Amino acid sequence: MKVPEERASGANFEELAMPLFDQLYNFARWLTQDSTEAEDLVQETYAKALRGFSSFQLGTNFRAWMYRILRNSFLSSRTGLKTTIAIDGENEENLLPPETDTPESVLIGQANREMVQQALADLSVPFREILLLCEVEEMSYQEISEALAIPIGTVMSRLSRARKALRDLLRKTQTGGRHGL
Amino acid sequence: MACEQMATAEWRRKLDAYIDGELEARELQAIGTHLRGCAACASEVLDRVQIKRAVQMAGKRYASSAELRNRVTKSVAAKSGTNPRREAGWAWKLLALPALLVLMLSVGVNWYVGRENARRQRVYGELADLHVNALASTTPVDVLSTDRHTVKPWFQGKIPFTFNLPELQGTQFTLLGGRVTYLAQTPGAHLIYQVRKHEVSVFIFQDRGDETASLPSGPVHALSFNIENWTQNGLRYFVVGDVGPEDIRALSKLLRDAA
Repeated sequence: MKVPEERASGANFEELAMPLFDQLYNFARWLTQDSTEAEDLVQETYAKALRGFSSFQLGTNFRAWMYRILRNSFLSSRTGLKTTIAIDGENEENLLPPETDTPESVLIGQANREMVQQALADLSVPFREILLLCEVEEMSYQEISEALAIPIGTVMSRLSRARKALRDLLRKTQTGGRHGL
Repeated sequence: MACEQMATAEWRRKLDAYIDGELEARELQAIGTHLRGCAACASEVLDRVQIKRAVQMAGKRYASSAELRNRVTKSVAAKSGTNPRREAGWAWKLLALPALLVLMLSVGVNWYVGRENARRQRVYGELADLHVNALASTTPVDVLSTDRHTVKPWFQGKIPFTFNLPELQGTQFTLLGGRVTYLAQTPGAHLIYQVRKHEVSVFIFQDRGDETASLPSGPVHALSFNIENWTQNGLRYFVVGDVGPEDIRALSKLLRDAA
């Protein structure tokens, strides 16, 4: 179902889109790792969203739609035309979880926010973005599925792998060595 | 003590869905039962919850500049044709009204807009207070039930009107209960819903043409809360919460459809 004309007005777009500004900027900043790039990305996102607002479909999630535009703009700027990221091994192998000395206990004990921020920054973009959407934006799996344009099953498996990657990074930091994924 | 299930990716995904609140009731119950008897999995869940919270805190890291926000706001307003300055200038040239008339009109409009804004802010502020006070209270609701057929009749004889509540099955919302409240000396119903981990207040009053009547219907962002309000069947509805505008809109739609 298309948005009725009165709903697709500029004023309505502002009412829906501007409350998302701060969270979109935070997400853009995490993706780009650069404040200037993040500012450009947010401006580009709003410009594209406004142009395409008349085609926004009722019944779909506006917040997820905005994140999708931002993410696609980011990927386009990085890869030319490519707007999806392929990840090797979406179906992970079975691994035994560590039984002792988990990074979480040390992490919480030290309340080391910077350590988590560094680990998030070291994650690959697909892992970083899905963790941010789930934990920081508190999106449901359905919303994440719409924002990233992937099936819910993939949301679940990628999220699980992202969390494992984050734990591995924290564990490496804990033991003194830092390596990217 | 190790749990064999933890060696499987499927089980770990279920634990993730458990802490994310994404499991259906049957699976939720099954995992809850398992966790009560399995120390290893319970410890694993605790670790995951802790790291989830750590990422929540660490992820809210970057704030945009006021300058960028202004730039984007102006750009959007200009491109969507809602820039009041531009419209005013266009009207001036087209109509060529005498300067004095424009000045008087401008003063009058500014006075009226200022008064209306102050009135709106007063109502939104009062609603935000009611919302926060209820959540901070040890007894946020006087009728504690997720069943609309229990909550609605509880208000009989306590407020001078009745209302309908939506069926929530299959939605992300849960009814937590309700209480009687007052806005501008007018009694009304205060219902509290939960979506994910957030509580959202729904206020229903009679539309008596008083202070709330002049509020424009629709969504607004005030005092860090998202608020939507409308009038339907002689009743004034307000939906207030710190969730995103989409959630507020979704709950408002359910209420509109049920009314």
